[in-house]
Amino acid sequence: MVPTSYYVLLSAILFTIGALGPLIRRNAIVLFMSVELMLNAANLALVAFARQQVNINGQVLVFFVISVAAAEVAVGLALLVAIFRTRRTTDVDEVSTLKG
Amino acid sequence: MELLLFLITAVVALVGGVAMLVSRNAVHSALFLLLNFGAVAILYLLLRAPFLFVIQLSIYAGAIMVLFLFVVMLLGAERSEEERDRIAWQRPVAAGLAILLLIETAIIFVRSALGAQPAEIPPGVETFGAPQKIGEALFTTFLLPFQITGIILLVAIIGVVVLNQRERAQR
Repeated sequence: MVPTSYYVLLSAILFTIGALGPLIRRNAIVLFMSVELMLNAANLALVAFARQQVNINGQVLVFFVISVAAAEVAVGLALLVAIFRTRRTTDVDEVSTLKG
Repeated sequence: MELLLFLITAVVALVGGVAMLVSRNAVHSALFLLLNFGAVAILYLLLRAPFLFVIQLSIYAGAIMVLFLFVVMLLGAERSEEERDRIAWQRPVAAGLAILLLIETAIIFVRSALGAQPAEIPPGVETFGAPQKIGEALFTTFLLPFQITGIILLVAIIGVVVLNQRERAQR
């Protein structure tokens, strides 16, 4: 069987790619997508360890993470649409009126 | 054989992730992320998690990505953004820090005892991820988190409806 460390290494690389998203891109939608990529990377690590320990709890935790991520995406995108309605931009650098 | 499948799927997942980050058009980014989710679903299947394979495809690839695409179309956000950056040195520093993070996690995960393989394939690894087992765990050990997740989804629905209300007309 494929060693667990390969899967965890892939998860680390995907997480790093997702972490680069908010640092490099300024489009709010691509930012949300990078957060989803990070969540997926964590899920992959959880499932890999679940297989290594032959324990179902890792997969159940991934099930909960997926459902909470779905709720978070819905609310986040609703927020984005509400912001866009007033500011007419999806650039996160433009949404800075609270800055001191 | 399994290693070859893993390598091909991993390359597809990485290509999808990098292309999502680099693509100038938001719709292309969403479609590359869809490719990445599909590849991760195949990886779940390789990791003996058939229930999560189906859940990943139907919820992540089927609902969340469709929601993203709807919002991208609604906002007309597929135009490329401007090239100027408020903080000029942000991108090289970001790349450097990302490489540092990657090296650090690689050292921790690959060298530590977390990655230690058991000497032989443990028994029961083929069927431990069956949907029946997940159902048993969800409705016995994890019953309280399961119910709380239902409440979270209800709160999310209420939140979305409230956030999208138009202003009421002045009386």
